[in-house]
Amino acid sequence: MITLTINGLDVTVEKGTTVLEAAKFLGFPIPTLCHMEGLTPYGACRLCVVEIGAGSAAKLVTSCTYPAEPGLKVRTASARVVRARKMILELLLASCPQSKTIQDLASKHEVTQQRFRQEHEDCILCGRCVHMCEEQMMAKAIGFRGRGQNRSIGTPFDVPSEVCRQCGGCMYVCPACSLRCTYTEPQKAICGGCANLSPPCLEKDPFNDMMCYMDPCVACEIKKP
Amino acid sequence: MDDQTVEKIVAEHQGSLGGMLSILSEVQEKYGYLPQDALRRVAVATGVSLADIYGVATFYRAYSLKPRGKHLVSACLGTACHVRGAPRIADELCRHLGIQPGETTADNEFTLETVNCLGGCALGPIVVVDGRCYSNVQKGKVAEILRRTRAGLGEPRAEHGFPLTIRCPHCRQSLMDPAHPIEGVPSIQLTVCWNGSRQTLHLSSLHGRQQVSGGPEIPAGSIVGLACPLCRRDLTDDAICPECGADLARVRVEEGATLTICTRRGCRGGRLDLDIPGVEAADRPSQE
Repeated sequence: MITLTINGLDVTVEKGTTVLEAAKFLGFPIPTLCHMEGLTPYGACRLCVVEIGAGSAAKLVTSCTYPAEPGLKVRTASARVVRARKMILELLLASCPQSKTIQDLASKHEVTQQRFRQEHEDCILCGRCVHMCEEQMMAKAIGFRGRGQNRSIGTPFDVPSEVCRQCGGCMYVCPACSLRCTYTEPQKAICGGCANLSPPCLEKDPFNDMMCYMDPCVACEIKKP
Repeated sequence: MDDQTVEKIVAEHQGSLGGMLSILSEVQEKYGYLPQDALRRVAVATGVSLADIYGVATFYRAYSLKPRGKHLVSACLGTACHVRGAPRIADELCRHLGIQPGETTADNEFTLETVNCLGGCALGPIVVVDGRCYSNVQKGKVAEILRRTRAGLGEPRAEHGFPLTIRCPHCRQSLMDPAHPIEGVPSIQLTVCWNGSRQTLHLSSLHGRQQVSGGPEIPAGSIVGLACPLCRRDLTDDAICPECGADLARVRVEEGATLTICTRRGCRGGRLDLDIPGVEAADRPSQE
């Protein structure tokens, strides 16, 4: 058993517990985006940052991947953490302004505008779909490709994968683009972005093979600047 | 791709951690790029998912999923090359080849790519064609480089090493002997004094090669005297080899350096010291 201190409260957890789990046990809210129970922690979205250590040695770490250590001092809502979280939300908002999940998170953290170049319906590369496909669906049909600003998620060679069973799990877990495929039922769409456009995927014949919910997604046909 | 090439490559690397990079490198060496079919075979043979392999193959710049041309032209756009006008060189290459970086010419002769640093910053702007490095490239030289490459003259003259032009530090005459080329470049002519006799020896002028022809049969490990064949003055001074402690002979390199050669047969203790303006090295030969 390991005893650590979160926001001044001591908590004893089992070895291997993450800081995020320990904080949740105490009831301290930490926003998460890429984290999902049942999937390997990945630490991609950085939203769950907390501050550990003291003085000049203090640093920000992602609580979803940081294992609890004996005597660890964690602050989940220090000024530095809040500042970092707001910045991360602004960046996420710039990448994917249509996401209801991100909009909700932003308003909850009092981020009402963002200062970066606006992109439209861009994948935030949180990797949830990749892990879902691999760990829960045992398919590994999609993965990360490229690197840096060319990093994207999709099937190898951009062709329909033979191991994909079209289970839709990737769409289901996507925190950013879960609205992408509601174009067939525009009345259900929250953003309504695609209701004003003709669904482009339907015009292309075998729709089942399009995998249009993945990159390059044309679901909403909003041109990137 | 009907043979078992891919399977053989995979079998060689099975079990080694990080084998994927080696496997992909070898597959690329075999085909010149990574064909889709080959990657699918690698996936089957290694048991790694195709999505992961594709991720690795697209992550590294060294791998290409598109067929490459016969000649690979890499223009350095690193910081040092950039400030010396590398973007203009890259534009010139694009103009001459009629392609953009990352593309291959229609006749499948050239693939042009830009790289971010080749580590030869002092020589910039650098263009590397088929492993052969062209330094201080100017706009006007681009056409000539491509012409030479197309004509097959750009083949690397040696696997490693670049040719040096050597002068005697005393009489300042050239020691290059075009009549005795070693590995296609004029050799360095030296007089070797051993066992009381003086004979002429030819040394490869490719830096880092150490190939010798002519001269007496000298057992490895014995120390010889080296002299200028023209002014007959001894080339050694009081410097000693850091490797074996024997005397070092010094010659001037016209490009602006001093080359030291160990007088012990078989010792590789010699080195190339670049002249650095403003720094008067104490152990440099006296300039007479």
